[in-house]
Amino acid sequence: MVLLGLIFIPVVMGLLALVLRHDASRRLLLPVTAVIHSALTASAWFDAPGPVWGGWLLLDGLGLLFLSITSALFLVASFYAVGYLGKEDRGQRQDFQEGVIFSNAPEAAFVACLLFFLASMTLVTLCQHFGLLWVGVEATTLASAPLIYFHRHRRSLEATWKYLMICSVGIALALMGYLLLAIAVPETPGTGVPMVVSELMRLGTSLHTVWLKAAFIFFLVGYGTKMGLAPLHTWLPDAHSESPSVVSALLSGALLNCAFLAILRPLQVLSAAGEGPFGRELLVFFGLLSMAVAAIFILGQEDYKRMLAYSSVEHMGIISLGVGIGGGAAFGAMLHAVNHSFVKGMLFMVTGNILAAYKTKNTRKVQGMLRLIPVTGVLWVLGFLAITGSPPFGPFLSEFTVLKGMLDTGHTTAAVMYLLLLAIIFIGMTSVVLKMSQGAPSEAHQSMASREIYATVIPPALLAVAVTVLGVYVPLPLQALLHNAASLLGGS
Amino acid sequence: MGIWVDSTIIFIVLTNFMLLASSRLAALVRGVALQGFTLGALLLLTHSDNLTYRVWLLVVAAVGIKGIAFPMFLKRTLNNINVHREVEPYIGYSLSILIGIAGLLLSLWIGSRLPLPGPIVSTLAIPVAFSTMLTGFFLIISRKNALTQVIGYLAAENGIFVFGVTAVHSSSIWVELGILLDVLVAVFVMGIAIHHINKEFESTDVDRFSSLKD
Repeated sequence: MVLLGLIFIPVVMGLLALVLRHDASRRLLLPVTAVIHSALTASAWFDAPGPVWGGWLLLDGLGLLFLSITSALFLVASFYAVGYLGKEDRGQRQDFQEGVIFSNAPEAAFVACLLFFLASMTLVTLCQHFGLLWVGVEATTLASAPLIYFHRHRRSLEATWKYLMICSVGIALALMGYLLLAIAVPETPGTGVPMVVSELMRLGTSLHTVWLKAAFIFFLVGYGTKMGLAPLHTWLPDAHSESPSVVSALLSGALLNCAFLAILRPLQVLSAAGEGPFGRELLVFFGLLSMAVAAIFILGQEDYKRMLAYSSVEHMGIISLGVGIGGGAAFGAMLHAVNHSFVKGMLFMVTGNILAAYKTKNTRKVQGMLRLIPVTGVLWVLGFLAITGSPPFGPFLSEFTVLKGMLDTGHTTAAVMYLLLLAIIFIGMTSVVLKMSQGAPSEAHQSMASREIYATVIPPALLAVAVTVLGVYVPLPLQALLHNAASLLGGS
Repeated sequence: MGIWVDSTIIFIVLTNFMLLASSRLAALVRGVALQGFTLGALLLLTHSDNLTYRVWLLVVAAVGIKGIAFPMFLKRTLNNINVHREVEPYIGYSLSILIGIAGLLLSLWIGSRLPLPGPIVSTLAIPVAFSTMLTGFFLIISRKNALTQVIGYLAAENGIFVFGVTAVHSSSIWVELGILLDVLVAVFVMGIAIHHINKEFESTDVDRFSSLKD
């Protein structure tokens, strides 16, 4: 029942958002739903909920980890969203980049889609059935596309269209993966094909390996598009830079992880069939490639939201790399998924505040943040230090664990490339971030900047606290869960 | 029996070429509508020895969504945006047909080399499924009009459907219905997006998209 509640409460609340007439009460639905959702998720930590729909929905270690990340981030984002929506101008206004007049999409649709988005991501984390998993991932695309087009101007429309087409085609390939996986199951007369993770793992080596490998490639390419693995990441910088900051935070911190979970499920089956190394080599390759592509585009990037988007490509690469290496690196990758979600969620929320104060996304035109908007400025610098893997923040610990895993298993070349790419990205981001935060703000910005409000400053600050704590101490229950998740992937 | 299945599958090949050759958007919409009905027929023919209510449910859903709902919705979108032709595609129509033929030959070659573990209704099924998918993907990358791209997406989806019906023995009806529902919502969302694109850019050609790049 808990599992069904997790999925259907946001759906019902979303429908409610569509019929409510009053703005303030509609906005209130977001934190209310988020609190219920995270309370249910927290209860699953203490008392494992039973399977539903004949085992199609089941919460295992991996699912619980990704569900908790999604739920926690949504909880923080929901409070930010209330503040954000309150601050947004109503009616028509001028776009600061192209100067055209635009307005927002109806707020009811925005709130409803946010809640549907939560429901679809929850479905992905709970799914054990490959067909249902596909349905869930496609549903996340459809629920999030209208969110990207909240500010109704040409750029966001362009981003939305690219997102819709590229991800739909990608996910169509994943559907092909599902069918190929069904072919890989040996024929047993009388019974249907069991397309549930545990059933397929039980079949193990009796699966047809050629078809299984083909299925994994299609899954990797299909869901990899959604996850933002290079070279399939092309929709990602556009969608992240054009959507409202709270949506960017959820796309980057929650959605990309969910897409990765959809790749991990077939990897579990592949490993059970004794073909794990094949899949993991592919993950290592795409992981390093993503880091390299991200490094190229971060250097000299002039749009700070795009810079963060490419940083997400980088970190998806690190997580994929860690799982690919296996062993201790798989544990590091799981920890990194948590860290990256929190830091990136925080950073995107901070960009919303920067954008509100400076009305530009160009890094050259932003100066003196520490003076003009001090809290946001401090969070921006802290977030930057965290995301580039500086101690004492969480990502340092997880990136180091991944590195140690690589050295322990003798992947020296990969380790050298990994360190080199991390260094390049560090340099690329430093030059941008420090220029933005230091110096004196221009006269024009001083006169038009509004004061920072609690609702959009406290949520990212809370995430900053969480990331700092995770850098020093990983709580024991979380450690146990991470170990559990990593062991499902053949790690330790 | 086999001849009927083969004829149905060959009919799908013909609709693919119809999609590749036409510049009129209304003809493209008719092309995917025909494919939708053909898929329903294919479902019936491949399950003719065991026509349970589940098969009928799926046939009704597939024909209802792919054969009737999509074409009606796309037709309405077409009337709203007042665009009738694909103007200057990236790849011309004669070349498109040649590429379609090449794709079909490639699919036949791949199909002949695949070691399918189970029995299959027709040797043509897998190659045609692949070539339909390729046709769809080709339309998405070679045409400028947003509506044509949606039709390409539908054709690719139809190709996957052919593969699913012919090569995979039993899947769950709920999953199939869930997939159809997702595609339905996807096309609906794309239709709304096209409506906005038309209003914002005064055209539905996506080559007007040029503001987002690095």
